[in-house]
Amino acid sequence: MSSERGPVFLERRTYRRRRMADAARLLPILGAALFGLPLLWGIEGEATPTTRVMFYIFSTWLVLTVLTAVISRYLRQEKQDPPDTGEW
Amino acid sequence: MGRRVLLIEDEPNIIEAVSFILSRDGWDVKTHSNGHDAIDAVRARRPDLVILDVMLPGKSGFDILHEIRSDSELSGMPVLMLTARGQVKDRELAEQSGVNRFMTKPFSNADVLEVVRSMVAS
Amino acid sequence: MATLNVLVLVCFLYVTFLFAIAFGADRAARRGRGTWLRSPVVYTLSLSIYCTAWTFYGAVGFAARSGLEFVTIYLGPTLVMIGWWWTLRKMVRVGRSQRITSVADLISSRYGKSNLLAVFVTVLAVIGTTPYIALQLQSVTLSFATFAANEPTGTELPSQQSIALWVALGLAVFTILFGTRNLDANERHHGVVMAIALEAVVKLFALLAVGVFVVWGLAGGIGETLARIDASPIAAWEVSGSRWVGLTMLSAAAFLCLPRMFQVMVVENEDEGHLRTASWAFPAYLMLMSLFVLPIAAVGLDVLPEGANPDLFVLTLPLQEGRDGLAILSFIGGFSSATSMVIVAAIALSTMVSNHVVMPVWLWITGGSAVMSGDLRNVALLARRISIAGIVLLGYLYFHMSGGGTALAEIGLVSFAGVAQFLPALMGGLFWRAANHTGALAGLATGFAVWMYCLFLPSFGPSSALPQAVLDHGLFGLHWLRPQALFGTEGMDPLVHAVMWSMSLNTIVFVTVSIISFPRPVERLQGAQFVNVFEHSGNTAGWTGGLAQSEDLLIMSQRIIGAPQAQALFATAATRQGLAGYLPEPSPDFLQELERELSGSVGAATAHAMISQIVGGATVSVEDLMAVADETAQIMEYSSRLEAKTEEQERTARQLREANQKLTQLSVQKDAFLSQISHELRTPMTSIRAFSEILRDTRGLKAAEKSKYAAIIHDETVRLTRLLDDLLDLSVLENGQVVLNSQTGHLDALLDRAIAASGLDKRTFRIERDRLAEDVMLTTDLDRLAQVFINLISNARKYCDSASPVLKIAPKRQNDRLLIDFIDNGSGIPTDHQSMIFEKFSRIGETKAGGAGLGLAICREIMARLGGDISYLPGQSGAAFRVTLPQSPDTAGSTASA
Repeated sequence: MSSERGPVFLERRTYRRRRMADAARLLPILGAALFGLPLLWGIEGEATPTTRVMFYIFSTWLVLTVLTAVISRYLRQEKQDPPDTGEW
Repeated sequence: MGRRVLLIEDEPNIIEAVSFILSRDGWDVKTHSNGHDAIDAVRARRPDLVILDVMLPGKSGFDILHEIRSDSELSGMPVLMLTARGQVKDRELAEQSGVNRFMTKPFSNADVLEVVRSMVAS
Repeated sequence: MATLNVLVLVCFLYVTFLFAIAFGADRAARRGRGTWLRSPVVYTLSLSIYCTAWTFYGAVGFAARSGLEFVTIYLGPTLVMIGWWWTLRKMVRVGRSQRITSVADLISSRYGKSNLLAVFVTVLAVIGTTPYIALQLQSVTLSFATFAANEPTGTELPSQQSIALWVALGLAVFTILFGTRNLDANERHHGVVMAIALEAVVKLFALLAVGVFVVWGLAGGIGETLARIDASPIAAWEVSGSRWVGLTMLSAAAFLCLPRMFQVMVVENEDEGHLRTASWAFPAYLMLMSLFVLPIAAVGLDVLPEGANPDLFVLTLPLQEGRDGLAILSFIGGFSSATSMVIVAAIALSTMVSNHVVMPVWLWITGGSAVMSGDLRNVALLARRISIAGIVLLGYLYFHMSGGGTALAEIGLVSFAGVAQFLPALMGGLFWRAANHTGALAGLATGFAVWMYCLFLPSFGPSSALPQAVLDHGLFGLHWLRPQALFGTEGMDPLVHAVMWSMSLNTIVFVTVSIISFPRPVERLQGAQFVNVFEHSGNTAGWTGGLAQSEDLLIMSQRIIGAPQAQALFATAATRQGLAGYLPEPSPDFLQELERELSGSVGAATAHAMISQIVGGATVSVEDLMAVADETAQIMEYSSRLEAKTEEQERTARQLREANQKLTQLSVQKDAFLSQISHELRTPMTSIRAFSEILRDTRGLKAAEKSKYAAIIHDETVRLTRLLDDLLDLSVLENGQVVLNSQTGHLDALLDRAIAASGLDKRTFRIERDRLAEDVMLTTDLDRLAQVFINLISNARKYCDSASPVLKIAPKRQNDRLLIDFIDNGSGIPTDHQSMIFEKFSRIGETKAGGAGLGLAICREIMARLGGDISYLPGQSGAAFRVTLPQSPDTAGSTASA
């Protein structure tokens, strides 16, 4: 193999794609955890203003949406398999 | 009129019988008993009639007939085919090949005499 | 102001506009044009039917009562969309590849195409959705009433009930018109989807407009709004953890299981890639929809009088401020939300009802013999339409009977909890191959029962469905069976309680029963197909331009039924559709017709599978495969039988040919033989006749001549006789009719006899013998063997051309055979004749020896009969013949080896 001097990981694209798929899998879990965080704040006893929670929720929401958009773009490569030609 | 007959036949008894009959009738009978060089004998002797057997060692009588007919000098030679092969197709083949008369063995001696006379007379 | 009239007019115009959009989209779709129909934006927007009038009105009400808790209804779906890679992707892939038409279809199909399950799910779905439809009707009527209440003059308003009825009727008509135009093979309703996408834009716009108005118009900016919120009763973040988590999970479950969501998400999906866009676009949409809810709630609580229905803040706030235009816009937004939900829900439910309840019943009634596909389609369409009307009517009835007073939010959540019962069976089916039909049924039944008992019946109000006594003291007075405190879990929010118990018991029963029971074969296959769908299918092609598929169909059909017939069929269909050329649209009619044509050639199952491959882009279903396998097996069996017959016939023909050949050969041989015999017989006869005539006719023969000729006659007759004898002998030998007399004798005695009989003159012809080697006993037909020896010795005498002829007779033993060689010192037989000498009538050289040429042929036959052999031995001093005899075991005597 002549490309021994090249990058260690060949096939970067597929590797990246697979890692993106992993990220896509982890994202909802992260989201669930993030959305559940406010519950912990209520324990403190001191009443948290709804507004603060509102800020938190909506900004998390936005961040998650953006992350999803980014990851989905990366996953687009996988979806570019040629569709079934339907030929018998 | 010439009365020379060349008998091309390999069976000794038949040679003897035919020779006897014909020579008794005043014919000059010469014999040749194999097919290989029969045509040479015909050329050499220039008989007035050839009596030809079919089953000969060497060449078959039909081949010899064909040779005779192919030879420009001999093509008009009267040939009498005398054979023990009596099938219809043999007669047909002989006639196609240009034989003048065809007779099967055993023959009647009187018939042979008459045929020979008629063939040379014509 | 005749606001109400304006309202009605605007409503009417809006509805007309929706009709137009739906009609246009439908037509474009049918023509195969309209790629804009298949954009991911449309798909994402269509998902918005999750946000119904509940969202539009009820979210604010919910927020006004419980603060930020309302947002859980949207967090659930957000998480599901973000996690599309897990669940939605699989659901959509399975739905497309298996051509699923509804939730009930998916579940029943997964669990072995069980219709029982399908019916169960359908009933549950209808029960679960009916309150929600009622909710929509209620919202519309309430919003109308709000406007009417705002009228300065107390205009006579038709009763709430009649408004609701009119709305219901209108919705039914719209849905029937656009939901059942024709039976799309894939259950896609492009017109409806388009209309819904439009409504999504309208309601977002309306809500945002109201929100902007409230924040900047009423409150005076973001800062002030936040202050208002902080000052309002909902300022504190006091959400119970169980509710927060429970509601989020419930909304996530409902998002997956709701029939209307399934319809737009899976069934109407054109391209799996759209899911990718929707994964982030839809959460964004939800976020925008909920952005202003809290501000509106807080400001409404502040501005509006006490006791004002918070559900209607989005209407009442603008109305109070005199913003009639905004109010109307807001009304339209609410109207859009309500109507879109009802339409899609009606379509989804009617599909289930018609496919899984009405059609099976009808087919059962008619004995399943309705093979007239036209008939079936009409029945299906009619069933579909009646179902739509029925479902909308049911919603109306629920609304009518429920009195319409309960807070909107709670009804919605009860409905959510009902459809969430599908979740274990659904998800289990998609991810767990061992999930089976019995388990699904048991789980569903359990969940449904618990839901009914704990949530649904109590929701009707105290003492209406469930007696108060049961609520307080439990079923049969059993304390631990209290509907809202099962097994001692007291103090829980009833909704969360019910959800927790119903889902847990559902799942536990589902899993347990699935583990214990055995699946049916179709189930196992379906299980593998569903769970492993990513391994099987690629990105299944959507319903791309119809003409491209028609072309594929034409290519395939030409191969099956031949080009002229296929082209004629297609051309006729195209003409019927009003198109020129050879490519008709792949309409269901045409496809059915094509399938019929093709099944004439390749069988029904294969034809079906082939067409669905091309048109549906679907993988072949298990049943198709099984049916195809059946048919193929039959075809193979038939063709192998045909093959066997053909083979047999061929074999027979071959044998006949061979026999014919042999007969021809024999015939030729016979002719040759007869001809030969004829010659052989005629030759001596010629001599005999000729000389007889000479003797008879010639005068003056000498005595010597007479005796000579007489002798010749005599010899020839002898020769003739011998020939006839030989012929007969040979014939007898060849036919196997010879009788062999086995005797035992000494070899040397036999040789003595033979030599004597052959007439060999010992004085002129020397014979060399090996007495020692001849000391052998033989057990065979000695006479025949002697005949062979005589023949050989005679031949030597006749043909040996040496000056001093010597015949050497040399017996020897080899293995278990006795070899006797007869070798003379003549010139032998030339190589090219050696193979021929044993043939009949073959003679070499002159015929003076007087043999007929049958001698060696007879010897060969004799030796064959004696179990031995005779052959020419080349390379000796002269002609050499070897006679081989098998040695009998009991032959005594000394033997000399070679």
